[in-house]
Amino acid sequence: MALIELRWHGRGGQGAVTASQALATAAIIEGRYAQSYPEYGAERRGAPVRAYTKISTDPIMDREPVINPDIIVILDKSLITIPDVLSGLKSNGYVVVNSRTPVTVNGARVVYLDATGLATKLLGKPIVNTAMLGAVARVMGDFMSIDSITAALAQYFGGKVLSINRELVLKAYEATTL
Amino acid sequence: MIEKAVGKSTGPTRVALTGNYAAAYAAKMADIDLVAIYPITPQTTIAEKLSEFVADGELAAELIHVESEHSALSATIGGAAVGARAFTATSSQGLELMHEILHIAAGLRLPIVMAVPSRALSAPISIHNDNSDIMNARETGWIMLNASDAQEVFDMVIQAFKIAEDPRVLLPVMVTYDGFVVSHTVEGVELPDAEAVRSFIPKGKWHALDPSRPSSMGPIAGPDWYYEIKFGQYHAMRDSIKVIAEVMDGFGKKFGRNYSPVVGYMMGDADFAVVTYGVTWGFVKTAVDRARSMGIKAGAIKLNVIRPFPSDAVISYLRGLKSFAVVDRAIYYGAPSPGPVYTDVASALFMSGHAVPALNVIHGIGQRTMYINDFVEVFKELTKLDESKVIFMGVRE
Amino acid sequence: MSSPPSWKELVIGGTIIEPGSTVNVRTGTWRTKKPVINQDACTRCRICWEYCPEGIIQELDKPFVSRKGIKYAVTYEVNYDYCKGCGICANECPVKAIDMVSEYE
Repeated sequence: MALIELRWHGRGGQGAVTASQALATAAIIEGRYAQSYPEYGAERRGAPVRAYTKISTDPIMDREPVINPDIIVILDKSLITIPDVLSGLKSNGYVVVNSRTPVTVNGARVVYLDATGLATKLLGKPIVNTAMLGAVARVMGDFMSIDSITAALAQYFGGKVLSINRELVLKAYEATTL
Repeated sequence: MIEKAVGKSTGPTRVALTGNYAAAYAAKMADIDLVAIYPITPQTTIAEKLSEFVADGELAAELIHVESEHSALSATIGGAAVGARAFTATSSQGLELMHEILHIAAGLRLPIVMAVPSRALSAPISIHNDNSDIMNARETGWIMLNASDAQEVFDMVIQAFKIAEDPRVLLPVMVTYDGFVVSHTVEGVELPDAEAVRSFIPKGKWHALDPSRPSSMGPIAGPDWYYEIKFGQYHAMRDSIKVIAEVMDGFGKKFGRNYSPVVGYMMGDADFAVVTYGVTWGFVKTAVDRARSMGIKAGAIKLNVIRPFPSDAVISYLRGLKSFAVVDRAIYYGAPSPGPVYTDVASALFMSGHAVPALNVIHGIGQRTMYINDFVEVFKELTKLDESKVIFMGVRE
Repeated sequence: MSSPPSWKELVIGGTIIEPGSTVNVRTGTWRTKKPVINQDACTRCRICWEYCPEGIIQELDKPFVSRKGIKYAVTYEVNYDYCKGCGICANECPVKAIDMVSEYE
C-alpha cells in the first residue's frame, strides 16, 4: 500500500479546508482512495485552521490526524513560527508555503509561491487556497495531474468563480518551481 | 517532486462526497416525498444539500423549514401519516429536543428515516463528535443502524427505507454515524444507478390516513388497550432483526457491497476481540493487524445495528474468547458500567449464560483524538485481563 | 361483552379504523351538574352553541313563542347523552338563561 499524507495550515477564510477537499476529490477522480477532513474548532475568520488529505492505492481505514505528513502546505507564512505547524514532516518531505520570498526550513525541501499576489490579481481577493493547489500539484508531479484538480474544482465552485479559479490553479502551477 | 510511486487503484468509479452529502444523495435517490428539517451542527450540510436539490428541481419533495427539531419530527410524522416517504436529520441537542416525538413516531409505527451525524451533548457546549446523543435515543423504539464511513451512510439510508416500510416492521429507522469525522470527511462513494435504487425500494404502503377509509391515528388507549398495542410494537422491533438481515443481504446481492447486522474482522481464530461501532471500527481493524504482528490473536467486531440489539450474532462472536473489550464513545452517568453498548453486550452475554472477562474502554469523548496504537494497547491489556473493568482512555488525572 | 382482542388482532399503532366510534362513548355519564336552558329567557343569541367544547348544544327547527309573546324559529336544546356538564354554556350566556342543576337532587 502506498500512502501520501498532506497537512494544510491556514487561517479561517483562506480556504484550507476546501483546498484539502478538492485535492482528495481530484485523487478520487483519478481512481485512487482519498480522505479529506478538517480539524474543526469553532470556525471563525483569522483563527488557525488545519486540514488533512490522505491519498492511497488502498481503502483508508482509520481517521487519525496526519502526524507525519509527506507534504505540509502553509497558506499563511506567519503560521510557520507556530511550532506545531512544521512538526512530524517525513524526511525528504516538502513544505509548500505562500510567500513572496524564498523560505528555508531545516531538513525540508521548501517550495514557495506568491499565492497572495496571484490570487489578488485574478480574484481581486487574497483567497489563496486554489493557487496553493497549483503549487501542490507541481510538487506531486506525476502523481497528480493538474487536469484532475481543475476537474475537481467544479464540485466546489460554479460559473465565473470556477473559471477564474481554474485559471488561477494553472497560473500557480506554471509559476511554481522545484 | 514527490518520489513515492502511488499507482492507480482498479476500484469502481467513486464520487467524492462527505458523509452528510452521502445521506442527502441517498434521500434524493430514494425519491423522498417530504423533508422537514432544522439545521444544527454537524447536520447542517444535509439540510443545505436537500434544500439545493429541491430548489434546483432535482428532487420533487415538499421541503418544510420548521422552527425547531420538535417541529421537524412532528411535521415528518404528519407526512408519513398521510403515506409520504418522509425524511429528516438532526444531531445532538436537536435529537434531545426531538426526544418526546421520537417515541410518538415509533408508537404510531410510521416508517420515517432519519440521518443522525452524532455530536456530544451540552454542557459544556461541544460541537464535536461523540455518541452521547444517539445512545440516549436507544430506548425510543427506533431501529438504529450505524455507519462507519460515507459509503455506509449512503448504503444504510437506502436500506433504512426498505426496512422501515416492510409490512413486517413499520418502525422508524435512524441511520447514525459520527459527526465531523464522517459527516464532514470527503471520501469516495460509489453511487448506484438511481433506477436500481428505486427498484430496490419501491414505495411501500402502510396504515396511512386516507379519506376513503376514515381512521383516527394517535388516539388515547386506556389500561385495557395500551399494553397490547405496546406489546405489538415490542414484537415488531424484536423480529425486525430478521428483516434487517434479509434487507442487508438483498442489498449486497443487488449492489455488490455486503452488509450484515454484525461484522467480524479476523475473528476466525481470535482469542481477544474489540467490539466497536462508528469510526472506531477503522482504527481497530488496523490495530488488529498490528497486534497480530506482535503475536496477539486479535480480532474485532462492528455493530451495524444498535437497535434491535443483535444479541445472537454478538454472542456467537464473543462466547469462546479469552477476553474482549467494548469501546464506547459516550458516558452513562451512574450506570453499572459507564459505556452504553458495554451494558448491552454484558446483559446479552449474561442472558445467554456465557461469562467472558470484558473491558469497557471509554474513548473519543467530545472528539478527543483517538490513535490506532491506543487500541493496540487495549489488545495488550486484554491478554492480561482476568476480571471485568473500566478504562477511561487518555483522561488527564 | 366478549373479552378484548389479543395483541395480534389489534390494528398497528393503535389506529382506530372504525369511524364515528366516539358516539359509542356516552360521556354524559361523567356529569355531576347539567345545564338547563330557560327557553323563555333565552334570546337565541347562539353563544352557548358556539362555546360548547363538545358541540352538544343542538339548534333545532322548533318554533317557540315566549311568555312575553316573542316568536322564535329555533330552539336550543342540550344533548344529555354527551354533555359532560362543564358549565361553559351557563358561564357564557349573556342573559343568564342557563342554570347548572345538580344531577343528584
